[in-house]
Amino acid sequence: MSLFLQNLVNALQWGSFYALIALGYSMVYSILMLFNFAHGDIFMVGAYIGVGVAAVLLAASAEGALALPPWAILVLTILLAMVLTSFVGMLVERIGYRPLRGAPRASAAITGLMIGIILETGNLALLGAQRIRFPSLIDTTVYEVAGVFITNTKIIIVVVALLLAAGMHFFVHKTKWGLAMRAMAFDYVAVPLMGVSVNGIAALTFALGSALAAAAGILYALAYPVLDPYMGIVFGWKAFVAAILGGRVSVMGATLAGFLLGFIEIFVAMIFPSTLRDLIAYSIVLLILIVRPHGFFGEPYSARLRL
Amino acid sequence: MLLSVENLRVSYDQIRALQGISFEIDEGEIVCIIGANGAGKSTTLLAISRMVPAEAGTRMTYMDKDLLQYSADKVVSQLAISHVPEGRRLFENLTVMENLRLACFARKDDGVRRDVDRVLSIFPRLAEREHQKAGTLSGGEQQMLAVGRAFVSGRRLMLLDEPSMGLAPLMMKGVFDALREINQEGTTILLVEQNAQLALQFAGRGYVLENGHMVLEGKSADLLADDGVKQAYLGG
Ligand SMILES: Nc1ncnc2c1ncn2[C@@H]1O[C@H](COP(=O)(O)OP(=O)(O)OP(=O)(O)O)[C@@H](O)[C@H]1O
Ligand SMILES: [Mg+2]
Repeated sequence: MSLFLQNLVNALQWGSFYALIALGYSMVYSILMLFNFAHGDIFMVGAYIGVGVAAVLLAASAEGALALPPWAILVLTILLAMVLTSFVGMLVERIGYRPLRGAPRASAAITGLMIGIILETGNLALLGAQRIRFPSLIDTTVYEVAGVFITNTKIIIVVVALLLAAGMHFFVHKTKWGLAMRAMAFDYVAVPLMGVSVNGIAALTFALGSALAAAAGILYALAYPVLDPYMGIVFGWKAFVAAILGGRVSVMGATLAGFLLGFIEIFVAMIFPSTLRDLIAYSIVLLILIVRPHGFFGEPYSARLRL
Repeated sequence: MLLSVENLRVSYDQIRALQGISFEIDEGEIVCIIGANGAGKSTTLLAISRMVPAEAGTRMTYMDKDLLQYSADKVVSQLAISHVPEGRRLFENLTVMENLRLACFARKDDGVRRDVDRVLSIFPRLAEREHQKAGTLSGGEQQMLAVGRAFVSGRRLMLLDEPSMGLAPLMMKGVFDALREINQEGTTILLVEQNAQLALQFAGRGYVLENGHMVLEGKSADLLADDGVKQAYLGG
């Protein structure tokens, strides 16, 4: 029983990463009809930006220029990295995708792959091959509850992920920008007739998705502090799976699917040798997709390509 | 003069759909453009709302501004021109109210609430269905929502592409009565119709478009009495 609960806690943490990355994948795919294959690398960029922001804040606080408690440094690091990474996302949209709007879908898809490679190797060129450690911002405390070990890091990761997912849900369903996003997901051709700028909503979508990916990157680095430029690739693929599994334009769907993937992976690893984890886990996901080809939730869209 | 279009030319790929047409609309008017299938009526409206590019040599002036300097979303948000496109193009995944609110996206004045209420009072059927998804409305209700959306997004000039399409006579009368009311409150209307009889009865003036050329213009009463128009568009 305590083994099960322990794995449940681990699955919640693991699912948090997938859920946050899946949200950005899902929004871009739903609203812009675009597979942004560079999104996993934005997660990586977010983690590295987090390292930089944390280093600056720690230095400032060591010099006494800034008297901040550790938790405040963590919160600031997450927020500032989210903002900075959202600019990276908007830049990717502006130079990578906007010029290709209206180009064949396949061109936009390989654009994502190329931008991904550029971000990975650009990181290598900039920072060199040695691995970079995310500074430890808070001391780890371990709590034992009924034989289950829970760290404060795990709690922070899961709580922040859930808060951000809830915030995204609120944004998409309760604000006028969210309304414009959902409209664009249905019929992007007709959206300008409502006085909505397609470019503006595209930039906003990329900004939000990238900010969430950055948060995922930093939360990941809290648990696994050693970063490398290729860390986003496999995460990106899996989050992409979660995004599709969740269904179009569904914040809830992408979040749940992200957590589901985390659960499947962790519980498969609990039962089977860990070398078989992804083999078995993704066979299960494939079966789910065969049963529910449109994902869990998801909205229809207009197939009309012109006015 | 509210809108003046001079030498409007639009091509799709190799085919020229509009061959340099000119027309103008005064503030407060109801003007219609009639013509057969493929004459270029929808294309004319799309060019005004900047959804299709006009060729070099085209001049379009709206309230002394060069319309060609505006992108499609700015035409709505800055010039208050709204367009009910062919096939309505409602956002079927959104509710009636959400569609109306979206149409107010760019408005910053405080009249939004009042205008939305006005739409709901003109079309009580929409008020009853505020929270229904637009995709599940009947064809007539969808047309009401499309007009209502245009009413709240652009208060100055409304471009209407075949608002009678698919409507039963009673429903049609309801929509056109509402449009007249909207016009009397100050909104100028440019209407495009295949149903020439209906359009000419509703509008004060009309233009006849044939294969991308403006071939005739005049007061509605004169066009209704014109032998050529009668033969070609009014069934003898
Ligand atoms: N996207 C497009 N690509 C190519 N040709 C087009 C396109 N849209 C319209 N056309 C052509 O341009 C011409 C004018 O079309 P338009 O839709 O303006 O006609 P219309 O007068 O609105 O006709 P209808 O009464 O059938 O709606 C037609 O010959 C049409 O085939
Ligand atoms: Mg037409």
